[in-house]
Amino acid sequence: MNTTAPVVQVENLRKTYGSFAAVDSVSFEIQRGETFALLGPNGAGKSTTIEILEGYRDRTGGSVKVLGVDPGKGGLNWKARLGIVLQSSGESGNVSVREQLTHFAGYYPNPRNVDEVIASVGLEAKAGTLIRKLSGGQRRRVDVALGIIGSPELLFLDEPTTGFDPEARQQFWQLIRSLKADGTTILLTTHYLDEAAQLGDRAGVIAGGKMIDIGAIDEIGGEEARIPLVRWRDANGKHEERTHTPGAVVASLMAAGAEPAGLEIVRPSLEDIYLQLVSDHAHAREVENAR
Amino acid sequence: MSTTTPTAETAPSFGLGIGRSVRLGFSRIKLEVRSYFRQGDSVFFTFLFPVVMLTIFAVAFSEQNFGTEEEPLTAAAFYLPGMIAAGLLLSGLQNMAIDIAMERSDGTLKRLAGTPLPVMSYFIGKIGQVFTTGVLQATLVILVASLAFDVELPSEPSKWVTFAWVFVLGVTTSAVLGIALSGLPRSGKSATAVVIPVALVLQFISGVYLGFSMLPEWLQNFASIFPLKWMAQGMREVFLPASFEVMEQSESWNLPGVAIATGLWLVIGLIVTRITFRWIRKDS
Repeated sequence: MNTTAPVVQVENLRKTYGSFAAVDSVSFEIQRGETFALLGPNGAGKSTTIEILEGYRDRTGGSVKVLGVDPGKGGLNWKARLGIVLQSSGESGNVSVREQLTHFAGYYPNPRNVDEVIASVGLEAKAGTLIRKLSGGQRRRVDVALGIIGSPELLFLDEPTTGFDPEARQQFWQLIRSLKADGTTILLTTHYLDEAAQLGDRAGVIAGGKMIDIGAIDEIGGEEARIPLVRWRDANGKHEERTHTPGAVVASLMAAGAEPAGLEIVRPSLEDIYLQLVSDHAHAREVENAR
Repeated sequence: MSTTTPTAETAPSFGLGIGRSVRLGFSRIKLEVRSYFRQGDSVFFTFLFPVVMLTIFAVAFSEQNFGTEEEPLTAAAFYLPGMIAAGLLLSGLQNMAIDIAMERSDGTLKRLAGTPLPVMSYFIGKIGQVFTTGVLQATLVILVASLAFDVELPSEPSKWVTFAWVFVLGVTTSAVLGIALSGLPRSGKSATAVVIPVALVLQFISGVYLGFSMLPEWLQNFASIFPLKWMAQGMREVFLPASFEVMEQSESWNLPGVAIATGLWLVIGLIVTRITFRWIRKDS
């Protein structure tokens, strides 16, 4: 028996509003236990895509299966297997953190222990506090706690760490790693590329509603984009050279004479690669539109 | 193909039956009631409003006799049934319509939509909250009328039986109509502006603030289309002296009419809710 059917299968997904295509033939798969990061600028179609997968929006075309079910037809049993952390919301929050989590735990067949979940998001000291009295970052952690209280097989995290301080973010990463270790499949959207690099196994980059690249975190953007860069300045201005042998380049500069000014050897980070991809895409579109 | 795609069919079901809906419904009631009393503005505008209005009328018209020479009636006694009926409308229709419209726009409903909470449980929670707060509200109004303004309460058990069914039917109808109406405002912010005027006009034409018999016949007939007039009439049967019966339309308390008109609105509310209620507006 083969139990490796993808947890998420998206084929040629399309969502149009009038003549505007918010999502344009996007395809990807997420395997069981995998953490997939969906990256892209604001308005690129990330949230539309994730909300179609969560069952919040109808699609215009293509096929989508989440845990083997079409999200447009997902029932309560299907929802019981999902954890959804939406983008921030402004609920009135007139109940305490523990009351809210205890209540939501009752919705699920196999909920996690409420106090353990509160501890895992670092809110032990605030467990008895009304949610409306928490700071933005603390409320966000309640959102995350509500997303994982039902021990989901698949967890959607839509920009989960917005408003977190660096320490809280580190703590959150730890939490996600422990969920991964338990076998939870995760779909993450984030603006923080270091977060995607820390947590993601694979990533897809969406821009203008299209998937412009998809692959393992350490392969995205292609081999070329990962070649180190040597940068320096001289009388002729700034120079930049992509090379597999940065040491040799530096040695030849030294051999040519004086110590080069502003010398840097850079291994492109996921962020550099991502920004390059998005700007290449934007540029390609402009050229296309100019024709 | 040898893949075993996990599906809703093969996944263990965890009791989608009525039992689970009811259990979660009661869990919702607890949460809703707690949340209601922690929200300062709703406590004032819907919960205490009838008591405040009763007090104002009782004090402002303390010198006037609302009855006859032989059978005098204080302002507090005259206004008590209307205030109880208004409480049903406020706790039910006004509170629900605004509350749910707010929850739709602040993301509460969106969050619930992503959980395995049955819609039925959500409704049980809302109606249970209205029922709980409505009972407390009516008790408070009656206690204030009796203790602070010496209103004589009926002693016949049959009157209290009438009170009980008019109350239960009224509060349920009002809550269901509130849920039905909650889809109307486009945003939580506009909900107050849409709902409060509707509730206010109804209160003025249905014999809450103005004696129903003072209204012109055409307005009485118009008000008879809506349920508040009937709830107030049922409450007048309970709390006013028998001699007031001749001042009613058709010179009768017409309790069957109260049951039919209110029941009809309950059915209308249930149908509209069934057809129109959505956790979220898709694609908005």
